[in-house]
Amino acid sequence: MGKYILKRVLLMIPTLLGAAILVFLLLRMAPGDICAVRFLGTGMAVAEDQIQLCREQLGLDKPQIIQFFDFVWGYFIFDLGNSMWTGQPVTHEIAIRFELSMQVAIMATIVATVIAIPLGILSAVRQNSMTDYLVRGFAIAGIAIPSFWLGLMIILGLLIVTQSWFGEPWMPPIQFKSIWEDPAHNLAQLVWPAVATGYRYSAVATRMTRSAMLEVLREDYVRTARAKGMVEKIVINRHALKNALLPVVTILALEFAFLMGGLVVTEQVFNLNGLGNLMVDGVERQDFTMTQNLVMLVVIIFVFTNLLTDLAYAWLDPRIRYS
Amino acid sequence: MSKYARFAAALALGTGLAMGASGPAKAETPKKGGILNFIVAAEAPSYDGHKESTFAMVHPTRPFYSLLIRVNPENPSSPTDFICDLCEGSVPKPTDGGTVYTFKVKKGVQFHDGQVLSAQDLVATYKKIIFPPEGVSSARKSFFTMVESVTAPDDETIVFKLKFPSGAFIPALATPFNYTYSAKDLKEHGYDWHEKNVNGTGAFKFKEAVAGSHVEGVRFDNYHVKGLPYLDGYKALISRKMAIRVQAIRGDRAAIEFRGFPPKQRDDLVAALGNEITVQESDWNCVLLYTPNHGRPIMQDPRVRRALTLAVDRWGGSQHLSRIAIVKTVGGVVYPKHPMAATKAELVRLDGYGTDLKASREKAKKLLAEAGKAGLEFELLNRGTDQPYKIVGTWLIGQWRQVGMKVTQRVEPTKSFYNSLRKTKNFDVSMDFNCQSVINPIGDVSKYIGSAGNNYANYKGQDQELEDIYAKLVQEGDEAKQREIIRVFEKRALSDMAHEGITLWWYKINPHRSYVKGWKIAPSHYLNQSLDQVWLDK
Repeated sequence: MGKYILKRVLLMIPTLLGAAILVFLLLRMAPGDICAVRFLGTGMAVAEDQIQLCREQLGLDKPQIIQFFDFVWGYFIFDLGNSMWTGQPVTHEIAIRFELSMQVAIMATIVATVIAIPLGILSAVRQNSMTDYLVRGFAIAGIAIPSFWLGLMIILGLLIVTQSWFGEPWMPPIQFKSIWEDPAHNLAQLVWPAVATGYRYSAVATRMTRSAMLEVLREDYVRTARAKGMVEKIVINRHALKNALLPVVTILALEFAFLMGGLVVTEQVFNLNGLGNLMVDGVERQDFTMTQNLVMLVVIIFVFTNLLTDLAYAWLDPRIRYS
Repeated sequence: MSKYARFAAALALGTGLAMGASGPAKAETPKKGGILNFIVAAEAPSYDGHKESTFAMVHPTRPFYSLLIRVNPENPSSPTDFICDLCEGSVPKPTDGGTVYTFKVKKGVQFHDGQVLSAQDLVATYKKIIFPPEGVSSARKSFFTMVESVTAPDDETIVFKLKFPSGAFIPALATPFNYTYSAKDLKEHGYDWHEKNVNGTGAFKFKEAVAGSHVEGVRFDNYHVKGLPYLDGYKALISRKMAIRVQAIRGDRAAIEFRGFPPKQRDDLVAALGNEITVQESDWNCVLLYTPNHGRPIMQDPRVRRALTLAVDRWGGSQHLSRIAIVKTVGGVVYPKHPMAATKAELVRLDGYGTDLKASREKAKKLLAEAGKAGLEFELLNRGTDQPYKIVGTWLIGQWRQVGMKVTQRVEPTKSFYNSLRKTKNFDVSMDFNCQSVINPIGDVSKYIGSAGNNYANYKGQDQELEDIYAKLVQEGDEAKQREIIRVFEKRALSDMAHEGITLWWYKINPHRSYVKGWKIAPSHYLNQSLDQVWLDK
């Protein structure tokens, strides 16, 4: 197992290098210039020499190969550089948003798991019944409804309902406070995006749980367990569910990794100061340093999540051995 | 009261209050205390006013700083009413044939760290803005090309010596970006220090900032205007989505957004909250243009460019577009409420501003035929932002079709839009805009000369006559003569040569919680943001 983990970690190096080259080139292929966005986006008259000075100060006048070397070298000396927009260290910019993104990802995963696994099992066990149709409808709606629309409807619904019930409209807070600092404020803000995201996330996991369960329930060992007169609850929970969970865990893990950097729309709709919003800002402003590092962070999260998922397989299915 | 009756009553009330901003206001006794939460639609790149040019920097940081002179907060809608902020008395008149301005510096003004302000601080500030050392960024140094020197004969006097008399100097001084820094801070910490640090003489002290989230200020007890500010503090909350900014006001997470909203959002807020919302509205010192690319053969003939402007129904467009977009007023090159702006009688003499639309369009068709360009086909480059670009761009295409032109639209996100406009120049005609802070006609109209850095129509060196008219304007000290020259300039730029086409001037709409008092709308979202006179009626 140790050798296997070491091999996987070493394989991360070419993956990360490939991602670094790709993101570096793609960003520079896109038309635009952070200095032009910064000074001209407001419509004010700014002399061209000021824009050139900005480019020099940001190192954009250097040859691209030097820029790439600086970017990669930063990883070896643990200096990710400064945001081209705010001038603050990238690590600082990411750190202040990481807690929020992590918390929303965890809360959404909890919401998704709590919804998806029971509903998926129920749907499989009662295949082709009214319950199955309802669950499938619920799941398909979750996949079909865009998160941003659901988010806006939640906010609008809260405003309308609270105004009609209490006379004053209420909406979730728009400024983040840590759960350790003000739990009520924190939950009042984050529970809604967690529900909006968790619902979509649960829809995928519900479908996966259902199909995996249906497959497992047709296996010989399940038939044998039933033939032995085992209680149906034990057949489902102990024999079927554990084996059906492998693909579900994969989906949940990949979605979790996606949520860490991909909550772009939900973060905008709920005004969350998270990594997704930072990514959008980075791309819109052509903040190369920020965008490059964020993409690399997402790549690292995905690579590690995949590794952890593979290791979880061995725990769920003792027949799987890594060597 | 029905929903619609509430809406109408609130709108009437709001508009009435807004109009009161420029008329005699009912005296109310300001209340002290409270925190003003307001929304900002973007994040400031830095806190250095001299370097930046965005409202995202002005709104959260302007309350930390004072200016030498500023737009009168009691009368911000006036384009010519300036008062002393860090100077004594009223704004001085120039001496020595209009080339010397001498300001007496206010005594006893303190920086937030306890330093006492002297004329040396103002000299250091303006030297950084006007004559920045090599490698130091100053976004508006070009506003001060008329300045020869800035000196302080003593600690209470600052003298600006101009190379020639200029009507552009006083408005340039009142620009809200001219934050006053301490000479000691600049000397000890360097010219970049203010990008991330704050030490001003404004009504509020810096308390906290979280990147991407908010900036917070608290009352400065030693503020140089006695009795102000009223607020205990403020919090500028960053929110990128307009839907959230609107709902934040509705849900009272914020009381105001100083940049403004489109008409629909104003109407939604008024319908939802009735008289808890006050609406202030104003003409805006931003103009939406279309820019024909003179580098393209089809746009080189002035007859074609004149046909473009003749086809546009500005007076009708004003009525219809103002219901759905943040544009309204028909105008020429100068902000329409400024004394130097063209009157309607003067405007109608320009191509495309006449009231006989049918005749204008017939003339447009005739010009196109004469130029051999009947049925002209071209592409309009537009910025991927709804308000007001895409709305007005789509309307423009409809206007040009009326004279037989076949126009398609290419919409690009902001960064690539600017890349096409500035660098690749890959467009036939593009939407463009000119958005300034203090109304400074002489400076603002420089956009229309081919040599201007922010002119993207590619006629640099092709219209010396226009350049000469502008040079004459810059050096003219007499206001009446300046006005005459601007009319000549306007006729050449917009009508005879039709280098640029003005669509409509922007219109600023600020719906806010009615408990926000003391803030009066200005003709720019950069102005009147010191917040020292704002109070909460709660």
